Amino acid sequence: MIFNKLSRRFLVVVTGLVSMFSMSAARAEYELNMTQGVTPISQDIYSLHMLVFWICVVIGVVVFGAMAWSILHHRKSKGAVAANFHESTTIEIVWTVVPLLILIGIAIPATGTLLDLEDAKTNADITLQVTGIQWKWKYTYVDEDVSFISSLAQSSRDVMSDPTGNENYLLEVDEPVVLPINKKIRFLFHSSDVIHAWWVPELAVKQDSVPGFINDSWATIEEPGIYRGQCAELCGKDHGFMPIVVNAVSEAEYEQWLVSKKEEAAAAAASAEQEWSMKDLLARGETVYQANCSACHGPTGAGIPGAFPAMTGSPLVLGDAAGHIDVVVNGKAGTAMAAFKGQLNDVDLAAVVTYERNALGNSVGDMVQPSAIKNAR
Amino acid sequence: MYTETTHDAAHGEHHDHGPAKGLMRWVTTTNHKDIGTLYLWLAFIMLLYGGSMAMIIRLELFQPGLQWVEPHFFNQMTTMHGLVMVFGAIMPAFVGLANWLVPIMIGAPDMALPRMNNWSFWILPFAFTMLASTTFMEGGAPAFGWTFYAPLSTTFAPDTTDFFIFAVHLMGISSVMGAINIIATILNMRAPGMTLMKMPLFVWTWLITAYLLIAVMPVLAGAVTMMLTDRHFGTSFFDAAGGGDPVMFQHVFWFFGHPEVYIMILPAFGVISAIIPTFARKPLFGYSSMVYATASIAILSFMVWAHHMFTVGMPVAGELYFMYATILISVPTGVKVFNWVTTMWKGSMTFETPMLWALGFIVMFTIGGFSGLMLGVAPVDTQYHDTYFVVAHFHYVLVTGALYSIIAAFYYWVPKWTGHMYDEKLGKIHFWWSTIAVNVLFFPQHFVGLAGMPRRIPDYSLQFAEFNAISSIGGFAFGLAQVFFLYIVIKTIRGGEKATAQVWEGATGLEFEQLPSPPPYHSFTEAPPVR
Ligand code: HEM
Ligand SMILES: [Cu+2]
Ligand SMILES: [Cu+2]
Repeated sequence: MIFNKLSRRFLVVVTGLVSMFSMSAARAEYELNMTQGVTPISQDIYSLHMLVFWICVVIGVVVFGAMAWSILHHRKSKGAVAANFHESTTIEIVWTVVPLLILIGIAIPATGTLLDLEDAKTNADITLQVTGIQWKWKYTYVDEDVSFISSLAQSSRDVMSDPTGNENYLLEVDEPVVLPINKKIRFLFHSSDVIHAWWVPELAVKQDSVPGFINDSWATIEEPGIYRGQCAELCGKDHGFMPIVVNAVSEAEYEQWLVSKKEEAAAAAASAEQEWSMKDLLARGETVYQANCSACHGPTGAGIPGAFPAMTGSPLVLGDAAGHIDVVVNGKAGTAMAAFKGQLNDVDLAAVVTYERNALGNSVGDMVQPSAIKNAR
Repeated sequence: MYTETTHDAAHGEHHDHGPAKGLMRWVTTTNHKDIGTLYLWLAFIMLLYGGSMAMIIRLELFQPGLQWVEPHFFNQMTTMHGLVMVFGAIMPAFVGLANWLVPIMIGAPDMALPRMNNWSFWILPFAFTMLASTTFMEGGAPAFGWTFYAPLSTTFAPDTTDFFIFAVHLMGISSVMGAINIIATILNMRAPGMTLMKMPLFVWTWLITAYLLIAVMPVLAGAVTMMLTDRHFGTSFFDAAGGGDPVMFQHVFWFFGHPEVYIMILPAFGVISAIIPTFARKPLFGYSSMVYATASIAILSFMVWAHHMFTVGMPVAGELYFMYATILISVPTGVKVFNWVTTMWKGSMTFETPMLWALGFIVMFTIGGFSGLMLGVAPVDTQYHDTYFVVAHFHYVLVTGALYSIIAAFYYWVPKWTGHMYDEKLGKIHFWWSTIAVNVLFFPQHFVGLAGMPRRIPDYSLQFAEFNAISSIGGFAFGLAQVFFLYIVIKTIRGGEKATAQVWEGATGLEFEQLPSPPPYHSFTEAPPVR
């Protein structure tokens, strides 16, 4: 058993090594440097980065050059005799003042860029609210009544033991956020649990989402395209698995997309008025559970001892439905259990509660309808 | 010269007692040399323990996908690695060096408060045992990063966090007692004639470091205490739902945390300032400017903490201020590097092992300083922050900086401590092996960071695969090199060519001029003459 497992891992490592070298031969260009990005700010930041980099290179050449020279020439084996100078106020002043001037040269453009970067409040065309949730992102188009949650795509989840060849592994979501190009977009960041950070390198936006606070930032995307990013602030177990995908499109496409999102929402609201069958609830519940609950409570409901309670055999789940609904809808204060009323609609909540009660090794037998959730909100 | 005092010392040996026998010697000792040795061994054990966790991290990151450990365990590894290396390896190693060296550098018979010295050491093994034991408890070891940001470390953390809090308290008490002892020793126990401006730079840098410790360890204690009351006693310091502020946690933490990184580098500056002049056979260039530069770095280090927080959403005036103050620190840091290089200039250099490590320090620490300058430019930090670029930065300053200086100090002073020369050939192999490996390990991390790889993730997308594999290979090689170092250390303690009293042709200072190698168990029972 153990030996098998180890030898399999060894094989994985060996094939990994082989594919690594063949891949790097095939790829023309290693990614070495910061992206220039697709916003005016991202380009300013890139130039500033290169400016400071080259300043460092020049200083490095001078300092390491002097060092190398004396290592080569002032060595005892070459008969060098030590001089005895050990003080010079003039020299000390020179190498204090010259770096100071260089720093001023850096600080001036840096100040300009920073002021631009922080200017999120003026003249925004669109406001997008971004909420960090362990471990997914919720997007709310503030003026449009459109809102959805975006989490790691199943295509990435399925291949974690061996992602070779999976394009955009860990950088794909189930639902990308769509934004129009050439509009000033103001982002508002907020968190419903711990601190996260929303980062898309091409947009040069990285901002913490902090519970209880609202931060802002902005971007004007100049090129249509798909831009990928990740959470940048350690936010717990699945911090590495909450990617961001921005789909930047023309304004017309954006408007069209908004219309289709609104139609979807209307259809969902209508289905919440119906009675659902056990079979449909369970099917939908499984999807909802795996996407929203399994990270903590485990894909099979086993939880993580000491950190997250198991669902299988949980007294709360096996108890009466009202208590179960309350915890899922309103969360549990002082713990990592979130209030899901802000994240899921009535149908999803009804389905997932029904699923927890009648799957994962539990069999209470009752059903929870969307109307029950509506009353519990 | 020293012959006269060794005669005295040899004569005196009949009267004063040597070390007690057996294990109790180490438990009850109040001798600064014994305690220095204990600290150094603790640090080495912690280096290997923290290093083995780094091996697990690099193993998981060797290729994309989750092969070896679960994400939750991975987070425990990064957290414990950071805590153990900072509080268990680097800091105790420098306190060990201070114990061994400060008294024999200033002509004192021992530390000023020898019993407290024993206590400040012996707290530590208990603190680290407690911290390490959480790995085996339900809920696991701390998994919220060595920076333990709230609310991940408060509302969202497992019960074992309370052990972490208590362990941090113990480490803080130990550090503060150690710092008090060092200050008391330096200010009160210098031999007549050893004026402040005659003290070796290692003593100066430690004096300043000790003040930093006393200033900031209580801040850390405050932070963990507020965590504790938030977790158990209904307060809401860091809980927005109760009117608190999670960002305030970061301000408190980094008010400790930034001076802390200088606590880990100022004594290193002292070590390098001792080694370079010896092997260049030329006095240190700009001694007094070195003292002033150290003091200004220490003062500035209190005023730049929020450069770790450029993305938390500070007011723009705050960001501007912290950017200016941060890049200003590179001026005194630069002065130090320029002084070292000028000390070498027109010297008569040889390249024994300690010199190699010191030269490696200067080059690679400077590279870390460059990336520090880049990180200090606030708008650009938007892209760097919380990526592998930051990881590369702080490993260049802490591994090839702080750790390199500790290893350099070992090779430089171990002949004095044990009376045995280390094996020069093995020392050189150790240097070149480590230096190649450490650059293979950390240099590519600049690239993956710039290309967009966040830090603290157990798995990554495919475009980062090549550099991560390279980095892991460097990591395994570097880890192995330190096991080799363990062999060198044991071999040197067991025996070796006899060291002379001066040890190195160009060495100066009381410990080389006035004491034999090894020094007697109680040295400088009478104050030595100071030139
Ligand atoms: C020229 C001097 C230096 C400057 C300007 C500088 C600047 C910075 C900045 C701005 C950051 C924050 C980066 C970010 O999180 O986005 C940082 C991180 C860090 N620096 Fe430096 N640094 C310097 C030297 C040092 C030294 C000497 C040390 C320690 C010996 C050090 C240790 C660290 C550590 C440990 C971190 C990361 C902490 C963490 O987030 O885990 N730095 N530095
Ligand atoms: Cu995260
Ligand atoms: Cu700092």
